[in-house]
Amino acid sequence: MKLRDVKEILDADVIVGDDKLDMEVKTAFGADLMSDVLAFAKAGSILLTGLTNDQVIRTADILDIAAIVLVRGKRANTDTINLAKELKIPILSTKYILFETAGRLYAKGMVGCVEKVDNASARN
Amino acid sequence: MPVPETDHISYQRSFYIEGGNFNYAGIVSTSIKSILKQMDFPGDVVRKCAIVCYESEINVVSYARKGVVNLTINPDTVQIEVIDEGPGIPNIDQAMQQGYSTANQKIREMGFGAGMGLYNIKSYSDAFIISSELGKGTRLLMTINIKK
Ligand SMILES: Nc1ncnc2c1ncn2[C@@H]1O[C@H](COP(=O)(O)OP(=O)(O)O)[C@@H](O)[C@H]1O
Ligand SMILES: [Mg+2]
Repeated sequence: MKLRDVKEILDADVIVGDDKLDMEVKTAFGADLMSDVLAFAKAGSILLTGLTNDQVIRTADILDIAAIVLVRGKRANTDTINLAKELKIPILSTKYILFETAGRLYAKGMVGCVEKVDNASARN
Repeated sequence: MPVPETDHISYQRSFYIEGGNFNYAGIVSTSIKSILKQMDFPGDVVRKCAIVCYESEINVVSYARKGVVNLTINPDTVQIEVIDEGPGIPNIDQAMQQGYSTANQKIREMGFGAGMGLYNIKSYSDAFIISSELGKGTRLLMTINIKK
């Protein structure tokens, strides 16, 4: 699907990246823990998160994340939005909770960027 | 810039990290990533370097007074050395374990402090060396192979 479809499905506002809505996106990862994002998320995925600070943008840049979807109606502050603009990372904001956000995208064909973690990286 | 093909060190650059300043946490890793990308290294090499650098940078900002990142590009490897002046790590085996963390609330608010950093660094590195001296600081050396 396109980022535009993500926006429609989630009834989301586009905070950064109005010009990137035609981007093709196929996979997603959801977490509030950046170390988990760094461990598991794949390039080109979208990141669903409730965290809104600079580190989310930096993490997305490090991993070549296609776009960030802020869930639960979260908004980023101006500095963070400017950083996303500078690094050219689209940000969408949806009022749906993380579970609903993931479920609605999954129902329309988006899948996880990994299904399960392997034994070595599973932890308590 | 093409990938260098000489048989000695082809590129070296150092970057400074200020401990405790979360405003700029990650800026060094963003720069290093963009340098490697401009040099046309394969995507997975850039990605591994960026991740190990970023987790290390976050650790210096989180736990140390200051640090330096030395980026060295050799014909077959990229090396990222991170040296900090700080408290050092009392028990390295324990610190390497997934889930072990002494992070404070501020670090957790940034999305770190789950005790995954050093473990991630090790697993994304092709070779990893860590040493630390209490009251002095910590040194990490990550080597990423460039497969041609
Ligand atoms: N550069 C450092 N200086 C001092 N202590 C460190 C440093 N890096 C890591 N540590 C210690 O090792 C622990 C584990 O680090 P890490 O695996 O990155 O997880 P986290 O940062 O999430 O706690 C930290 O909580 C801290 O106690
Ligand atoms: Mg850490």
